Amino acid sequence: MSAAEFLAMAPLLVLAFGCVAMMAMIAFIDQEQTAALVAVAYLLLAVLCVPLAASGGARAVGALLVIDAWALFFTTLFLIGGALVVLQASEYPMPGYRKGELYLLLMLASLGAAVLVSSRHFATLFLGLELLGISLVAMVAYPVGWRGALEGGVKYLVLSGASTGIVLFGIALLYAATGSLEFAGSALHAAPAMPLSELWMAAGLALLLAGFAFKLSLVPFHLWTPDVYQGAPAPVTGFLATVSKGAVAAALFRYLAESGAWKHEPVIDVLIVIAVVSMLAGNLLALLQDNMRRILAYSSIAHLGYLLVAFITLAADRGDVAGEALGAYIVAYLVTTLGAFGVIAHLAAVRRGREPGSLDEYRGLFWSRPWLAAAFTLILLSLAGIPLTVGFIGKFYIFAAGASASHWGLLVAVVAGSAIGLFYYLRIILFMIRPAAGGVTVSSGLPPLTPARFALAVLALFLVWFGVAPGGLIAAIRGAVHSIV
Amino acid sequence: MILVLLIVILLAGGIAAAVVAGRNPEHARYVSLGSVLLALAMGLGLWPGGDVLNADGAWLVGYRAAWIPQLGISLHLAMDGMSLLLVLLTLFLGVVCVLVSWREITEKVGFYHLNLLWTLAGVVGVFLAVDLFLFFVFWEVMLVPMYFLISIWGHEQREYAALKFFIFTQASSLLMLIAIVALALVHRDLHGYVTFNYFDLLDMDIPGSTGYWLMLGFFVAFAVKLPTVPAHTWLPDAHTQAPTAGSVILAGVLLKTGGYGLLRFVVPLFPEPALDFAPVAFALGVAGILYGAVLAFAQSDFKRLVAYSSVSHMGFVLLGVFAWNAAAVNGAILQMLAHGVSTSALFMIAGLLQYRLHTRDMGEMGGLWSRAPRLAALAMFFAVASLGLPGLGNFVGEFLILLGTFRVDVLTTVLAAIGLVGASIYSLYLVQRAFHGPDDDAPRIEDLDRREMTSLAMLTVAIVWLGLYPQPVIDVAMPSIRFLESIVAFRVEAGLP
Repeated sequence: MSAAEFLAMAPLLVLAFGCVAMMAMIAFIDQEQTAALVAVAYLLLAVLCVPLAASGGARAVGALLVIDAWALFFTTLFLIGGALVVLQASEYPMPGYRKGELYLLLMLASLGAAVLVSSRHFATLFLGLELLGISLVAMVAYPVGWRGALEGGVKYLVLSGASTGIVLFGIALLYAATGSLEFAGSALHAAPAMPLSELWMAAGLALLLAGFAFKLSLVPFHLWTPDVYQGAPAPVTGFLATVSKGAVAAALFRYLAESGAWKHEPVIDVLIVIAVVSMLAGNLLALLQDNMRRILAYSSIAHLGYLLVAFITLAADRGDVAGEALGAYIVAYLVTTLGAFGVIAHLAAVRRGREPGSLDEYRGLFWSRPWLAAAFTLILLSLAGIPLTVGFIGKFYIFAAGASASHWGLLVAVVAGSAIGLFYYLRIILFMIRPAAGGVTVSSGLPPLTPARFALAVLALFLVWFGVAPGGLIAAIRGAVHSIV
Repeated sequence: MILVLLIVILLAGGIAAAVVAGRNPEHARYVSLGSVLLALAMGLGLWPGGDVLNADGAWLVGYRAAWIPQLGISLHLAMDGMSLLLVLLTLFLGVVCVLVSWREITEKVGFYHLNLLWTLAGVVGVFLAVDLFLFFVFWEVMLVPMYFLISIWGHEQREYAALKFFIFTQASSLLMLIAIVALALVHRDLHGYVTFNYFDLLDMDIPGSTGYWLMLGFFVAFAVKLPTVPAHTWLPDAHTQAPTAGSVILAGVLLKTGGYGLLRFVVPLFPEPALDFAPVAFALGVAGILYGAVLAFAQSDFKRLVAYSSVSHMGFVLLGVFAWNAAAVNGAILQMLAHGVSTSALFMIAGLLQYRLHTRDMGEMGGLWSRAPRLAALAMFFAVASLGLPGLGNFVGEFLILLGTFRVDVLTTVLAAIGLVGASIYSLYLVQRAFHGPDDDAPRIEDLDRREMTSLAMLTVAIVWLGLYPQPVIDVAMPSIRFLESIVAFRVEAGLP
């Protein structure tokens, strides 16, 4: 490997070194605050290396990795997201559990996400998936004494393991059909390597999509979602919902775009069905929930359904609009969802471990904690896609992608899903407005700044900034998209 | 720049009100009153002087700055006569809203005024935006504070009403968003670049049947807001459950954004499809007029009656827009202004009665004339204004609309005119039930105080002016009507769909 290739891999190398250093450190220093600080420092140091890596332009590192604008854009996004999750976790009450290893796992998972979005070869794709997935299993079940966490962890372990197996089988079949493990080489137009290769191809793609749909919690592969969302520690749920799903989606998009697999008609048809069912089922099931985390779980199923519109419209405009829609939606979803779980984690911290579960426990929040409630309201409006929040930019791009590919029926499903979604997002706001049962202690004035509050403030700032002035974000996403389509 | 200031003053005034309320809630009222008055004064300053009728160019003032250049979106505001009139109506009713909340709202005063002023800012933005993306942003942004106004300070069933209001408008406006995006993409396919600029989109040849579908996308959003039967069911709930100022904004201003959207966007952007669609729109309009009148008659809740009367009155606006000639469009604009004033007054009276009697049920009223003569007399005045008594504003609007529609479709006009009879019935019935009858020696209730008199007097003057001397208003609106008509005529003649 040349020096230039090492330079391109700088963010990954820094993070990998950080994991080793972290492991060594927590073995000797039993200091949670220090561990959190070090984790954030390494994550941000890796982000600082991104301009360094970008300086050489898009660069393939061997056959396995490619460090281009697409990879670096998402690496930056996910590492910053990871750092914010560390800040949230540092205040999340987990009595009896040292958090040092949790941060280490989080760094490993972030590394997995970064590898995933940089992969151009099935070997690295699989490596990234496993690094991410196995770390997440341990993170979900980190407080093993909690019943919910253990249950969620086991569920995630079994289903994540099964889905990885399915992906692996799909990869094997694709290899059988095309004789290549590189994304670009496994294109449809590659010469048939053996008899029946059309069949292997179709079966391989189907298995690959099914496996990814598990990771993205799309209907009908969503059954693990509510339980894992409910059981895991709140910051871990936030990480799983955003960084993990976002990285998987970005990697899948690169695979589809570079391999040309989207030209395979049935792929698009299957994705359309999955998208529509996810939007409608996710939103309808969310209506029936009374627990905040379960609502967010089902709402995330619906949001991933909207995200699929970006995959479906790859055919239009050489994939430009689709790529931009994917990037914009992942950013919107990450900022907003991390914020939502940040609010939950923060409430658990300020209520000394009694985390509010049902909506009823959010009563009166508007008057007792106006700043937190204001942030949460912004987050909910962003989830609902109201303008001047980043959620609207995401939704706008989904509409643009759907319209440019003339998928009108799909867009009508998005509208129907959004209208249903509005109902439960607004219901949460209504609960926060209602006076609390035990009278209200009105407080005003800014509460003192703590790491978790800082993380929430940063997310709220991004939420509004990208919503009001999305120009810079769009330019960055455009640059990323041009490197893959 | 002055247009931006107009919006910024309202936004900043709202924040300032919320901040000062922390120390003394009363200050919030003065701050909001001050900022709305300031905005109103600035708006009046834009009133065109001289020979407006022969001035060239319909646009009085504009502002343009880049916003999201990557997508061809700019911060583009412009004001013509029509938007000036509607902005002035908004700010005028904004003053009334602050005054009417003076005694009614006692809880969370700061946050209340924040929402009130932000709703006004959103509405002003809707009337000024000439970039479709920006228009959509304002269109949605005015919903959120309105939602809070209803759901926090409303009456018994406020949460249900607020939810219904939000979901109806949001779902329909998402359809409009699809149409907006598709329109911009059509422009890209034809001219090579994406833009959301109203003027660029005006001269564009939309191929095939696309135009019809896009027109429908816009129409649905505006028809829900107007409202048009059968998408009107959010309105009685929202208007009845909102606090008085909320009802005033809803009826006085928010409904007008629907009529404005039809005039500004639906017909000029899609003249031919709109022409094809006119019979359907006429049918919907007439249905709204008659159905609204019948249902208004059947209500026992004072506010609900007024709410259904709005459905009826706004049906006329729909007729006026789709008849599309100078008289009808003029009538539609006047009707919007007059309805804004008269209905706001009726909602105010309903609010004043509720404050005094703690009920909106007309069955429990009666005999109020002797118990509160000034209040009753003004109620009578606005009831007859609402039924279209000649000499008052609503008459002029409805008359012009019927005149214009008559040239296009006689049957529609005849049926719509029956709605006027209905209006007389339910309006007078309202007065009879609430104010006439024996007073059973009940104690006198507090009559109007000075602040209430002031706000109702302002509305009275406005409605009399609109009724007796509407010419200045027509003169101001005329250039924009001519502009819109010339565009439509040009596109129809050129065979552009």
